[in-house]
Amino acid sequence: MATTYFTEDHEWLRVEGDTVTVGITDYAQEQLGDLVFVELPEVGKAFSKGDAAVVVESVKAASDVYAPVDGEVTSVNEALTSDPALVNSSATGEGWLWTMKLSNPSQLEGLLDEAGYQALIG
Amino acid sequence: MADTGSGDLLKLPLNELHEAAKARFGGFAGWNMPITYPLGVLKEHLHTREKAGLFDISHMKLIEVSGGEAAKALARACPFDPEALALGQSKYTFLLNEKAGISDDVIVTRVAETRFIVVANAGNAAADVAHLSAVAAEFNCVVDPLDRVLFALQGPAAEAALTEAGLDLSHLTFMQGVEPKTGWFATRSGYTGEDGFEIAMPIPEAREFADKLLANENVAWVGLAARDSLRLEAGLCLHGNDITPDTNPVEAGLMWAIAKPLRETGTFIGADALRAAISQGAARKRVGLKPEGRAPVRDGTPLIDADGKTVGEVTSGGFGPSVGHPVAMGYVDTEPAQPATEVFAEVRGNRVRLAVHPLPFTPHRYRKG
Repeated sequence: MATTYFTEDHEWLRVEGDTVTVGITDYAQEQLGDLVFVELPEVGKAFSKGDAAVVVESVKAASDVYAPVDGEVTSVNEALTSDPALVNSSATGEGWLWTMKLSNPSQLEGLLDEAGYQALIG
Repeated sequence: MADTGSGDLLKLPLNELHEAAKARFGGFAGWNMPITYPLGVLKEHLHTREKAGLFDISHMKLIEVSGGEAAKALARACPFDPEALALGQSKYTFLLNEKAGISDDVIVTRVAETRFIVVANAGNAAADVAHLSAVAAEFNCVVDPLDRVLFALQGPAAEAALTEAGLDLSHLTFMQGVEPKTGWFATRSGYTGEDGFEIAMPIPEAREFADKLLANENVAWVGLAARDSLRLEAGLCLHGNDITPDTNPVEAGLMWAIAKPLRETGTFIGADALRAAISQGAARKRVGLKPEGRAPVRDGTPLIDADGKTVGEVTSGGFGPSVGHPVAMGYVDTEPAQPATEVFAEVRGNRVRLAVHPLPFTPHRYRKG
């Protein structure tokens, strides 16, 4: 059973066991506008919470997506290389960014749930 | 682009109309501007190339220069010959400083024998008015900033859409202008590389005219984000990025805008410095750049050669929705060797190759006479 969390930086995390899938929220993709490039990390790379993990580029500007928790990258969404617009059309589905192996489950406690995130974006 | 961020931003006269159209706003040159509409920057860009994009560019300033010596004053302020400009003809030119740096790039149209309209960039408008007024003080003429709404309607369907809205400007060719009604001013020009028009009108008449244009299914609002990607694909300079008071027309590759005889004998402000710049040759040149791969290379990124030595800088960079790849413009050193045909940039630790690419990236489709 997967649990979904959110960050104040407008990322979502879907946690199944010790595997975390990370993406940006629909609100975030709307703010960014049409994406034209997504720079994905290498599989195996270890991130600490707060590290810049992915760069999403809109027509106008580049923005960082931060690692929401500590962990090692286990896969990346290769489909975004040829079709970055998947993040716009399906931010919480086909537009996922990467998966990672959760190394510190206690970090999940500080994250928002759906209701908390909705309250944040108003 | 010079984002000003939050703070006290000026509002466009039709601000409420853009709010109703659900525009996303951002600060530019002191103005709260529509950046994108719900269509989104990619579709807005493509819509302009395929049909007709409507831009509210009322942040730009119309400045009227009129009087018996208006042409003489403009000949002093700008490197062109206003006396030689035919009635109804427009000219792309500059306000140069004493060092021949580009204080602004403007379009000047002769609307009457002794009356000209200058269209200036928003960020430079106040300085331009002050500068032109100071120049005009030595001549028999007056400088009047005009309060107008200024629309651009750009794209292959622009002419027909204007005619349907009751403004037939089909007789104009590229870089011609008229005053179709009292207080109105229109030119066949633009900032997208497409055929199109810029139409200024008194503020109280603008809402109704916008509604008429938007009633046409070929016309859609287009924001500042797509205006920037369109002009970059078209190889057109953004003042403040690609040309600045520290850039002269020689290195900017804009000498086509200054007639040969004037380069030699002109007495405009900056003429001597321009002659010196011509005889010395440019130490750097503005070029188009095509980054390899899909990652845009943004303005301010240094350009390096294969050995890692800095040889220039990107001044505009983004993604070209019509060409389907990243596009950029920048300056590349011309000394000691010829301009490079390829350069590199470091983007987040990765070395990206950029090919020097002819401008424009997308062919201009102006309606020439």
